[in-house]
Amino acid sequence: MNLSGKKITLHDMCLRDGMHAKRHQITVQEMVQIATAMDAAGMPLIEVSHGDGLGGASVNYGFPANTDEEYLSAVCKQMKNSKVSALLLPGIGTVDHLKMAVDCGISTIRIATHCTEADVSEQHIKMAAKIDGLDTVGFLMMAHMIEPEELLSQLKLMEDYGANCVYITDSAGYMLPDDVSARISLARAELHPDTEIGFHGHHNMGMGIANSLAAVEAGANRIDGSIAGLGAGAGNTPLEVFVAVCERMGVETGVDLFKAMDIAEDIVVPMMDHLVRVDRDALTLGYAGVYSSFLLFAKRSAEKYKLSSRDILVELGRRRTVGGQEDMIEDLALDMARQQGTL
Amino acid sequence: MSNKIKVAIIGPGNIGTDLLIKAMRSDVIEPVWMVGVVAESPGLARAEELGLKTTADGVDGMLSSMQTDGVQICFDATSAYVHEENSRKVNEAGAVMIDLTPAAIGPFCVPPVNLADAVASEAMNVNMVTCGGQATIPLVAAVSRVQAVTYGEIIATVSSRSAGPGTRKNIDEFTRTTANGIEQVGGAQTGKAIIVINPAEPPLIMRDTVHCLTEDEPDQDAIINSVKDMIIQVQKYVPGYRLKNGPVFDGKRVSIYMEVEGLGDFLPKYAGNLDIMTAAGLRTAEMYAEQILARNFIPGRA
Repeated sequence: MNLSGKKITLHDMCLRDGMHAKRHQITVQEMVQIATAMDAAGMPLIEVSHGDGLGGASVNYGFPANTDEEYLSAVCKQMKNSKVSALLLPGIGTVDHLKMAVDCGISTIRIATHCTEADVSEQHIKMAAKIDGLDTVGFLMMAHMIEPEELLSQLKLMEDYGANCVYITDSAGYMLPDDVSARISLARAELHPDTEIGFHGHHNMGMGIANSLAAVEAGANRIDGSIAGLGAGAGNTPLEVFVAVCERMGVETGVDLFKAMDIAEDIVVPMMDHLVRVDRDALTLGYAGVYSSFLLFAKRSAEKYKLSSRDILVELGRRRTVGGQEDMIEDLALDMARQQGTL
Repeated sequence: MSNKIKVAIIGPGNIGTDLLIKAMRSDVIEPVWMVGVVAESPGLARAEELGLKTTADGVDGMLSSMQTDGVQICFDATSAYVHEENSRKVNEAGAVMIDLTPAAIGPFCVPPVNLADAVASEAMNVNMVTCGGQATIPLVAAVSRVQAVTYGEIIATVSSRSAGPGTRKNIDEFTRTTANGIEQVGGAQTGKAIIVINPAEPPLIMRDTVHCLTEDEPDQDAIINSVKDMIIQVQKYVPGYRLKNGPVFDGKRVSIYMEVEGLGDFLPKYAGNLDIMTAAGLRTAEMYAEQILARNFIPGRA
């Protein structure tokens, strides 16, 4: 693979996807500490919000330690060079949250829908695209669930609404490099040449780095990951590792490798509640094609109702659940416990 | 001569047609008009076959003969954008407006919780909140009538096929209106609504989760009984309204897991989200009709 001379934009997820692995309990102080260190390391873009995006504070997904507004305003103020992004899932957050995040100082908004439901983002993308200078990104989740052609038609909707960048998102960490190549290369061939293409991976099958490289080779120029991999499931593509690989391959990221390593080792790993790695349940997510943030919910329900978390996750995959359906997990666990006679 | 109260349906789409089929079975109301804006609309043709008068000129096409035809109740199954104008016109012609759009210019109505109040106040426009609101607000109210609920949250999961273009274009309206309904009708101090659209095939039946946080420790027996009673009330007009699991008690959290299967009149059975709207709208019209028939209420009298 020859990627020499390519230039890509890295986007760190520790302070958004990482919220899943921390049950949304990262404090404002921790966010500012991590973001400031990343700023000094040359990270171009840092995402900050509840794990399920703006307005995600809920019984269903978890109440965060602080509000989105508190996180965003604290982090945005401290950034010298790094830009800050926020995620918004229509159906959970609204345009009111979007306006709040813009007022706090974000430069990028990412509007996320399930891969077949891009049309629910019209209202939000159109509004964001009208805001002067706001980098407006469409983000299609669980992109492994549909074929490249169908995915392209959904990406085109987001492009038509006004997104200047669209993402192919492997929320379940299910894809293999060929799956990524097929989707990104078709999108690159068919979308407007000015539209940027991004890839967001999860490391559930250990494919974070390989998939991100495949994405760059196929034409993606924005790559998500998180330092030390702090994210849902087995985490996102570990960015310090990806930076090292990029350096060896001659891909320009602008991020200082040693500083990124130090943030991972000295700040992010010590604040983890559990070691974010490909454990049995995280691997099951990838293998069964299940939304990565279901991990801790399945573990908790398994413990409460004396079930196997792997059985719960496999069944959630079989039922083709999508992102946001965390409420299915306790409901399903109750059904399973009743079936096995333990309820 | 029929002793039923005559009604008009504005909007011959899926919702309006499903409502028509349900209304034709009613003992107290009789649909006589279907109002559309597109002459070739299959919904208008279907209504005409079923013996209704039809117009493709909107509400204006019906206004001149509304009173001679005795229309006393109208349903609006169009969109929030045109609702206010429609409502003003039919109210002036002396008919009550039952609003199935998200316009919400009149008070919210969730039949087993506050329909009697709406009718007693002789409201000339009532709004049916949202599909997710109709499916969940009764249960928030079932908990809040036992004890104070500081926070009520609902998650409605609907099949992709049952989420129409109107909902998709303005999904924020769903989350906002439902959250308001959770507070105003459900009785929670703070309301939160989430909607998830799932494209699985075969389509999933509408599911709803209701989480309430109570101010004090939940009175489990009283809540279980209240929830069961409320489900029976909803089942009177939506027989496929079923408790799947719960109430689950976890500290001050009370969680209820529901499934809503429709009757399959015109809309498919999995679209319980749409069925519960038309059924609730019809239930509302019937209660108004009963009051009109009993001469307790004359629309437009004030």
